[in-house]
Amino acid sequence: MQLMDSSHSNPMSLCSQADSQRTLYPYVTGTSVIGVKYKDGILMAADMGGSYGSTLRYKSVERMKPIGKHSLLGASGEISDFQEILHYLDELILYDNMWDDGNSLGPKEVHSYLTRVMYNRRNKFNPLWNSLVLGGVKNGQKYLGTVSMIGVHFEDNHVATGFGNHLARPILRDEWHEDLSFEDGVKLLEKCMRVLLYRDRSAVNKLQIAKITEEGVTISQPYSLKTFWGFSAFQNPTVGAEGSW
Amino acid sequence: MTKQQANWSPYDNNGGSCVAIAGADYCVIAADTRMSTGYNILTRDYSKICKLADKCVMASSGFQADVRALQKHLAARHLIYQHQHNKQMSCPAMAQLLSNTLYYKRFFPYYSFNVLGGLDNEGKGCVFTYDAVGSYEKVGYSSQGSGSTLIMPFLDNQLKSPSPLLLPALDAVTPLSEPEAVDLVKTVFASATERDIYTGDKLEIVILNASGIRREYMDLRKD
Repeated sequence: MQLMDSSHSNPMSLCSQADSQRTLYPYVTGTSVIGVKYKDGILMAADMGGSYGSTLRYKSVERMKPIGKHSLLGASGEISDFQEILHYLDELILYDNMWDDGNSLGPKEVHSYLTRVMYNRRNKFNPLWNSLVLGGVKNGQKYLGTVSMIGVHFEDNHVATGFGNHLARPILRDEWHEDLSFEDGVKLLEKCMRVLLYRDRSAVNKLQIAKITEEGVTISQPYSLKTFWGFSAFQNPTVGAEGSW
Repeated sequence: MTKQQANWSPYDNNGGSCVAIAGADYCVIAADTRMSTGYNILTRDYSKICKLADKCVMASSGFQADVRALQKHLAARHLIYQHQHNKQMSCPAMAQLLSNTLYYKRFFPYYSFNVLGGLDNEGKGCVFTYDAVGSYEKVGYSSQGSGSTLIMPFLDNQLKSPSPLLLPALDAVTPLSEPEAVDLVKTVFASATERDIYTGDKLEIVILNASGIRREYMDLRKD
């Protein structure tokens, strides 16, 4: 309680011992995740980069993981916090399985759990620095939701985190429709990922696409997108400004 | 090189507007369904309205995570009340509970701007309006949220509320019929949508009266 008061009267004077215990800023981060509902379930895409500030430190980070039987979690933001969340979810799913009662937590329940976890950490001023995308299918019901690091959450037919909100959502608003086929869904996600690759500084050209249906989760092998740089303006970039580069 | 301080805010404004109007034997509660952050729209289809009890409905705008936590908290408290009293909470009772719940977090507030609407024990419409820390008042009508500055003066004009300074206090409940009040709400949101960037997409209207609860939707401009 004392800490809470001091942080409000003067945010700059948090006592130093407590500082070393709480998240101040992220270190190793992943960029956008995009998710869409399609005919048979959910499709999700994320690249495999783990940036350390402006350095591309890790190039094989799996930012999407299956959760239980019915859900798929994608995360952007601090990678170590994502690993922590996976640890919490492991325990959640374990306890769920140990009941051995034929019931299993669906994507809606997992999303609700994650929302509560993120919000509670925000309340303690020690957030998990992630934006999460949670998708899944249970009993034929498709579910796609998202939670931010401060607990803002919602579900929709298409969601994205970070830069995806600025670059991918507009494309999805225009081109997404009910009952996309798998091929169309992948094409749509690839279109969004390509734009992100061109325009997001922290994007890398090595991505995975994950699919979740009633049958289960499939996460593709990593692959890269074809890009096009053959614009005439790039052929002779200094033509309008001799001497520059 | 000074130590880098925390650069995140525990709050965000997800926008939106809420309105409630009390009638002689009904209450209309309405809110748009747009959820935004900064200049982005997160989703066009998120309900800000929550039924807390049979005759008590709350609409809240502001920081969505806090709004949702508040709704869950009140719903849980209502369940306990039902277990202990074997009846539903009345709207004035819920009004007090909401005020107390908000003030409890006076020093780390729920960033939630609420209007509570419902029917009192005599079946008459009642509306309670709140600020983020629980100060509240029973009124005949109210609006909260990003469009409230646009909506409130218009409601004042159309509903011609008697001065709250009069003694004895005059009833502020509107003499308008239920369809007239619903129509006014639709008009008010259509106007607010024009000028408030955070209001739009779809309007959700909940009407409470003697026959029960009813929901209506109306499309609003998506820009």
